[in-house]
Amino acid sequence: MTGHILAQQAVNGLVLGSVYGLIAVGYTMVYGIIGMINFAHGEIYMIAAYLTAIFLAGLTLLGLQSPPLAILLVLAATITFTALYGWSVERIAYRPLRHSNRLAPLISAIGISLILQNYVRLSQGARTQGIPSILDGGVHLFASTPDAFVRITHAQILIVVTALISMLLLHFFIARTAMGRACRAVQQDRVMASLLGVNTDRVIATVFVLGAGMAAVAGVLVTLNYGSFDFFIGFVAGIKAFTAAVLGGIGSLPGAMLGGVVLGLAESFFSGFVNTDYKDVFAFSLLVLVLIFKPSGLLGVPEVEKV
Amino acid sequence: MKKWLGCACALLALAFAAQLEAGTIKIGVAGPLSGPQAAFGEQFWRGAEQATREINAAGGIHGDTLELVKGDDACEPKQAVAVANRLVDHEHVVAVLGHFCSSSTIPAFEVYAEAGILSITPASTNPMVTERGLPTAMRTCGRDDQQGVVGAEFTVKHLKAQRVAVLHDKDTYGQGLADAMKTHLATLGRKEVLYEGLTRGEKDFNALVTKLRSVQADAVYFGGLHSEAGPLVRQMREQGMTAPLISGDGIMSETFLTSAGGPKYVEGVFMTFGADPRKIPTGKAVVEKFRQAGYEPEGYTLYSYATMQSIAAALKATKSTDGVQLANWLKANPVETVMGTKRWNAKGDLQTSDYVMYRWTKEGKYAEVADKP
Repeated sequence: MTGHILAQQAVNGLVLGSVYGLIAVGYTMVYGIIGMINFAHGEIYMIAAYLTAIFLAGLTLLGLQSPPLAILLVLAATITFTALYGWSVERIAYRPLRHSNRLAPLISAIGISLILQNYVRLSQGARTQGIPSILDGGVHLFASTPDAFVRITHAQILIVVTALISMLLLHFFIARTAMGRACRAVQQDRVMASLLGVNTDRVIATVFVLGAGMAAVAGVLVTLNYGSFDFFIGFVAGIKAFTAAVLGGIGSLPGAMLGGVVLGLAESFFSGFVNTDYKDVFAFSLLVLVLIFKPSGLLGVPEVEKV
Repeated sequence: MKKWLGCACALLALAFAAQLEAGTIKIGVAGPLSGPQAAFGEQFWRGAEQATREINAAGGIHGDTLELVKGDDACEPKQAVAVANRLVDHEHVVAVLGHFCSSSTIPAFEVYAEAGILSITPASTNPMVTERGLPTAMRTCGRDDQQGVVGAEFTVKHLKAQRVAVLHDKDTYGQGLADAMKTHLATLGRKEVLYEGLTRGEKDFNALVTKLRSVQADAVYFGGLHSEAGPLVRQMREQGMTAPLISGDGIMSETFLTSAGGPKYVEGVFMTFGADPRKIPTGKAVVEKFRQAGYEPEGYTLYSYATMQSIAAALKATKSTDGVQLANWLKANPVETVMGTKRWNAKGDLQTSDYVMYRWTKEGKYAEVADKP
């Protein structure tokens, strides 16, 4: 096995893993703060993919030619609208059920997920949709012979860089701002935080909005890179991202990103050097192994009994 | 005694049904009317609808009019069986046109065979559809083993490929096609350099593409559908692979262009499909009618049309609704269809297959490959 193939698989895995990581952040934040899984999160990502195409088409109609500007505008618009969806999910499926049975919000989230999926299917059609590629080209690295090279497309560079920047921004928000401090306080002890004057409802809504925003970033990047999507993409992406969140330690932000990258790399290397048929089997076996030896995931803190 | 009672009950039910449905004959149209493969379901429906309209306008079946009933299986085997049962038990259809995905057709056809209902698929090419001895199972398309022969001959003799990689989507149709390809490559003295399956519904096949590069494939065969073939070919090109992609009838849709992200990615992709039915002289008038209504009868539209004509011909000739009798008549008699004269063998397969190789052009259209190997 030659070096360029190894490096190429590392690139493939890193790109895939960055996307997993971005979506995983949404799962891990919601779990961290209310101890529940947001089953509608994959659909939020799917909606972001559709919004990307709609906004991009709109900008093209308005006559915008410059790709970097278009990408920035689409990113901003998609994050805003998708965040609105995230906020609505919390408002409709979680807040009214906050003090009821622990399982009730999970079921209502699954309901929201089905509603969103079918809403998109009915309004946008069931066919695979696509956008023309606006970010072409790439770079050849280590091109020693015509066949041995590592190919990195511009879209792939955009994915990794944007994912990194988004994660740093999010980290800064949680660690340095007043709202971030409130988030951490609610994560540690919701009752105590509310006794001390933190508006917990607002904090929880903020977390859903942030998670949806990160999923929107993933949706834009994936649509720009792969070019096609349908109403069902949220399901596969959601499962993979959830796996990444658990692998990295659910509740931990750096864990989600690490989990995503580890999962992406594991899939790529297994697919590339062993067998593509069984790459998912391998990914989930890896998850089982990690959980056996480290039940709270790679970077998770051991569970403290919640009040 | 018990048998006699059962017979009487069946007769009674039949009489009752006949009374209830006087004047109309119900035909089921089953396929992926929703879901990622809905483009093909629409082709089925358009073809069947147009054919029915014209058969009814020409007097129907001895005065009775045909009525179509939709059955949406979304290309999921479980849903296909449920749809088949609904068509049989609740809608009381006398024949079914469908299904699309082989993985749906195979289990659904058992339901129809049990109920004694004629079932003809315009599109499912997996050999198992007609290989299981079901007396009512038929098709108006070719078989994957025939498709594999054309694919393998073309890849070896025309493309002169030495290192062929064979991929599939782990589905009945896709893997069946890939297996047929593999078998016929072997008879031509080529052993594939890679044989692997990807996962339906995923979009990132970069790791697999890198693997194709590492085994130095100079041609890639993919058994599967356009929703995966599109991203696959795009990522091959993005990683700088120039090896041609060859596939089967599962990518026969404009949606392939959409899912690949534009003409520059699909250019040079090859696929096997029946000789373009739109070019058969007997179908000219029908094609014109479709175009006047603002619909291009691509892919399986005319196959569906021809299937409906065959069902109507059998109903007319036998004056019966018994599935076995209808199927036996079709197997013994040629039918004039929009796609020319169709003849079936005893298994329910067409006697002649007309697979040819198509190539996607840089305009994002497809055209028959002119020079035969």
